[in-house]
Amino acid sequence: MNPVALNLSGIDPELDDIELNLFVSAMRQRHGYDFAQYAPASLKRRVYQLVEQHHTTNISTLTGRLLHDPTFLPQVLEGLSVPVSDMFRDPPVFRALREQVLPALSVHPRITIWQAGCARGQEIYSLAILLEEAGLYDRCQIYATDFNDAALRQAREGIYPAREAQAWSRNYQAAGGTCSLADYYSARYDFIKLDQRLRRNVVFADHNLVTDAVFCEAQLVLCRNVLIYFSNPLQNRVLAMFRDSLLPGGFLCLGLRENLALAPAARDFEALDSSLRLFRRCPEPVHDHEGG
Amino acid sequence: MKAVETIVIGCSTGGPGALARLLGALDHRLPASVVVCSHAASSPHTLCQLLAQHSTLPVIEACEREPVRGGMVQVAPPDYHLLIERGRRFALSIDEPVGFSRPSIDVLFSSAAEAYGAGLIAVILTGANADGAAGLACVRRAGGVAIVQQPDDAAAPAMPRAALELAGADHCLTLDEMAPLINRLCMT
Repeated sequence: MNPVALNLSGIDPELDDIELNLFVSAMRQRHGYDFAQYAPASLKRRVYQLVEQHHTTNISTLTGRLLHDPTFLPQVLEGLSVPVSDMFRDPPVFRALREQVLPALSVHPRITIWQAGCARGQEIYSLAILLEEAGLYDRCQIYATDFNDAALRQAREGIYPAREAQAWSRNYQAAGGTCSLADYYSARYDFIKLDQRLRRNVVFADHNLVTDAVFCEAQLVLCRNVLIYFSNPLQNRVLAMFRDSLLPGGFLCLGLRENLALAPAARDFEALDSSLRLFRRCPEPVHDHEGG
Repeated sequence: MKAVETIVIGCSTGGPGALARLLGALDHRLPASVVVCSHAASSPHTLCQLLAQHSTLPVIEACEREPVRGGMVQVAPPDYHLLIERGRRFALSIDEPVGFSRPSIDVLFSSAAEAYGAGLIAVILTGANADGAAGLACVRRAGGVAIVQQPDDAAAPAMPRAALELAGADHCLTLDEMAPLINRLCMT
C-alpha cells in the first residue's frame, strides 16, 4: 500500500465507517453497483487507494466526484475490481484441469464453460490453450464475464507486458504444456499479444455476480480468487448461483486458498481435489438454501 | 492499558531463523494470537514446519474467514495479502503486490491496527526492504505497541531501520530481549 493511503487509515475509524458507507450508498443508488456485501478490510483498502490515486482529500470528496462527474465511474470500477492474475497461475490446478477435468468433459458433444470474474483474461487464454491442446476447443462455448468493462476490453485484446512472458512460460510448462507458450503469442516491443484465434469461441460479457443471475448451463465454472472478496452471505449466494449454472456432475474450480466452510451451498458440491479447490456438483442438490 | 489481543510480526530476509528464536521463547500459556507475515519463505509448509519445531505455541497457516485464534501462531500463506477484519477473522486478497511483496506486512499491520487499536503489539524483525514501516505507523497511531529489532542485531538491518525512521518504536530491542517483554505485556 502506498504511504498516503496508509496515512489516511485509522485516524478516526468511526468517521471512516460513515464515509465508506456513504460511498457504498452512492455506488448503489446512483450507479447500481452494490459493494455492501464485500469483505470490508479489502474494500476499504481499495477505496483508500482511489482516494490517493485521484488526489482527493478523503472518501467524501471521492464520493462527491462519483455523484457529479459522469466520466469518473469507470475509473472507480477499475479500482474496485480485481484485475490481477497470471497465465497458468497455480500450475497444479491447470494440470489437474488438463488431466482430470478435460477428459471427463470430452464425452460431451457440446461443452459450455463459464469463467466468472475473468478480469484481464489471462486465465481464459490459459484455459483456451488447454482446450486446444486437448482437441476440444471447437466443441466449446466459453463465457468470460466481469463487471469491469475496461478489464473486459483488455481481455479481448489479450495484450500483456512482455516481462510476464518468462514466468508464464514456466507456469505453462509446469502445468503440463506440450508446446511452447511462445507458440501462442507474438511479441512486439514490450508487449505480447495472445493469438486471437484462441478467443474465437469466447464471449466476453458484462456480468455482475452481486446483482445478475444464472444465464447458462455449464459443465465447468471457474471463479478463482473472487469469492475471497465477498462476505459470507454473498459468498454463499454466488456459490448457489454456480450450482444452479452447473449441470449435475459439472466442475467448479476456485482459488487455491478459498474457504467454503461457512457456506451452506457448499454441501451441494463434492471435492474432486480439495487441496486444489476442485469440486463437482452433486447429482441433485441435497439442500434447499433459497434466501440463504 | 488495554489487554493485548494479538501480536503481528513482520520479517523478510533472515526471518525464519529470527522467528524460530522469538517463537521458541514465548510463554506457552500466552493467551494472545500471534500472526506472522514473512516474505522469505520459499514454501509456506516448510516455514510452518520449521516454526512448529521451535515454537512453544501451535503453528498453522492462516485460513480465510477463520477466526484469529488465541494461543496459536498463524502464518500468512504465500502469494496472497493477509488481512484481519474487525470481526477478528482472516481475509485474503490477491491485490497487486505492495513494493514487490505479497503478502505485504503493511497490509497486515494496517488492517490489524483497525481491528485491534490499542490491543495490538506489532513487531518488525530482520529484512532487506522497507515493508512494514508504514503499517507500523498505523499501529502506533491506533494506540498499539511497536517493537522493532535493533538494526545491529538483525541479519538484514534495512527493514528495522526503515521502520524506526518512518514510525519510530516503543521498544527497540535485540531478538533475545523481545520474548520476555511480549510475555510480560500479554500475561499481566
